[in-house]
Amino acid sequence: MFGGNFFANIEEVVAMVLFGIGFTTLLLHRNLVKKIIGLNIMDTAVYFFLASMGYIDGRLAPILTDGVTDMEAYINPIPSGLVLTGIVVSVSVTAMMLALTVRLYRRYRTLDLDEIYMFAQKEER
Amino acid sequence: MHPFCENFPFFCIMLSMLSAIISAVIGGKAAKWLSYCVSAACTVMSAILLGHVLKTGESFVYMVGHFPAPWGNELRGGVLEAAVATVFSLVMLLSLMGGERHIFADIAKGKINLYYTMADLILGALLALVYTNDMFTGYVFIEISTIASCGLLMIREIGRTTIAATRYMVLSLIGSGLTLIGITLLYDLTGHLLMSNMQASIAALVESESAAVPLTTTIGLIAVGLSIKCGLFPFHTWMPDTYGYATPASSSILSGLVSKGYIFLLIKIFWRVVGFDVIKSSRVLDVLFIFGLAAIVFGSVRAIAQGDSRKMAAYSSATQIGYVFVGIGLGSEAGFVAAIFHIFCHAVTKPLLFTTLGALSDVSGGSKLFADLQGSGKRDPLAGIGFTVGALSMVGLPLFSGFISKLLIATASLGNPKRVLPTLIVLAISVILNAMYFMRTVLRIYRPSDRRDRPERKHRVTFACSVICLIGLNLFLGLVSQPVTDALELGLRMFS
Repeated sequence: MFGGNFFANIEEVVAMVLFGIGFTTLLLHRNLVKKIIGLNIMDTAVYFFLASMGYIDGRLAPILTDGVTDMEAYINPIPSGLVLTGIVVSVSVTAMMLALTVRLYRRYRTLDLDEIYMFAQKEER
Repeated sequence: MHPFCENFPFFCIMLSMLSAIISAVIGGKAAKWLSYCVSAACTVMSAILLGHVLKTGESFVYMVGHFPAPWGNELRGGVLEAAVATVFSLVMLLSLMGGERHIFADIAKGKINLYYTMADLILGALLALVYTNDMFTGYVFIEISTIASCGLLMIREIGRTTIAATRYMVLSLIGSGLTLIGITLLYDLTGHLLMSNMQASIAALVESESAAVPLTTTIGLIAVGLSIKCGLFPFHTWMPDTYGYATPASSSILSGLVSKGYIFLLIKIFWRVVGFDVIKSSRVLDVLFIFGLAAIVFGSVRAIAQGDSRKMAAYSSATQIGYVFVGIGLGSEAGFVAAIFHIFCHAVTKPLLFTTLGALSDVSGGSKLFADLQGSGKRDPLAGIGFTVGALSMVGLPLFSGFISKLLIATASLGNPKRVLPTLIVLAISVILNAMYFMRTVLRIYRPSDRRDRPERKHRVTFACSVICLIGLNLFLGLVSQPVTDALELGLRMFS
């Protein structure tokens, strides 16, 4: 059923599956906390993808040790740098979403987005 | 030797970011003045830069930190970037000025400075999106502007704005997730992050015909991600709540600037990364075109059904996003010029509408409903005139900017025989629908009523300045459109 490519690119396949799981959870789940978990799974999948693309078998992390300056000894540092930047971004976005969730919970006493919406419409009338 | 003004893009971005940090620790009034000064300074610097690039007729690249091309981070300035930056900073200044009274009334006393922090951050992020030549920097600033926009919404502490902010955040995060995976895949395909290097690799890929499917998928992911973020139909569901309940300045900034920043980035990616010839032959533009048409019709229909003036303006924003995407979807240079012109037109019109609607509801006991707005145009004549100008411009009456952008879209559609009929039909329908809901409102605000409220004196001067400037800009775009479109054409040619 699966060709050789499937096993050769197993990291990418896993990353895409994780991305799908995170994406659908973020989009479709009604519970706010689960939405945030979905967001984190989605972002992590992208970082996993980036990190696995940047890794070259048998090479070291790009930190100069023992004075080895040969380029062939190290992996590409740019994807790792991007992952770090991305992690910072997703931490701040998660914090923002959690803050919103706390505020909504204090006011409406539920985490279900549909229920919250219903309460808000009642409030307006 | 480079002229000094080539430093201005970097100065503008840094100045906004710095002032955001400073605003966080000073009082509300001081933060307000700092914010005004910074956006005014950005406007002046961008305008000087615009003059410079128009004179030389060449774009330039600014190395950040003096690392050369494939490794370092770059900013790029051309006519288009400078023009968009000028409009964005100016409209940011005018929106903040116009909504000043509401900012001070709607927000808790100790948090007013944070509002200006968010506004400065948005300005910095937008300018960075406009000038950047690096895809990943683009992504980081997309997220910064998302977070800051969410802050602008939730700082008015009523239940509805928090819900609106949550919905906005969820859809935005879906959009940025798709954009991020798109950018990652593109980096994977090309091995570069700088737009110019990417374009060269993509041209080679297309020539060798080795990665047609991945390439189209990637372009599609980025396009879908960014169009979710700017609220293209059917992802406009966050708009009515967001624009309807936030303080008027936030609505102006979000609808006039933030969503337009994403569209400009998308246009930039189409031209500078993917390349115009590749994008023309891909199916992505067809999809955007169809959704643009749908946005125009559905947005207008929903706008008619609203009883709340702010929500009507919000649905009208969804319509205007549709116009921009129809321009892009026409897939010709003229279409892109029309799209960018409409970005300008909407950036000067929608803040005018939101600002004046805020003032009109002030003299109607704070209600946003049409029934209560009756006669408000007479109680606050300046706001009435401002709203009327904005409404006429959105309907597309000659003299005003909206007419020119509709004319440009119609003319551009003539160059594409397959799309001319749907474009013209939808334009005609939308003009009629726009006229129905905007003219109804204009007539309503000038009907006689018994209320005798007077506008408050406080913060009146800044409001008046803002409304008069926005009316002036609207007329300027409507009357002096030829030089503007010429400059846009020149800018697009610099892009490729």
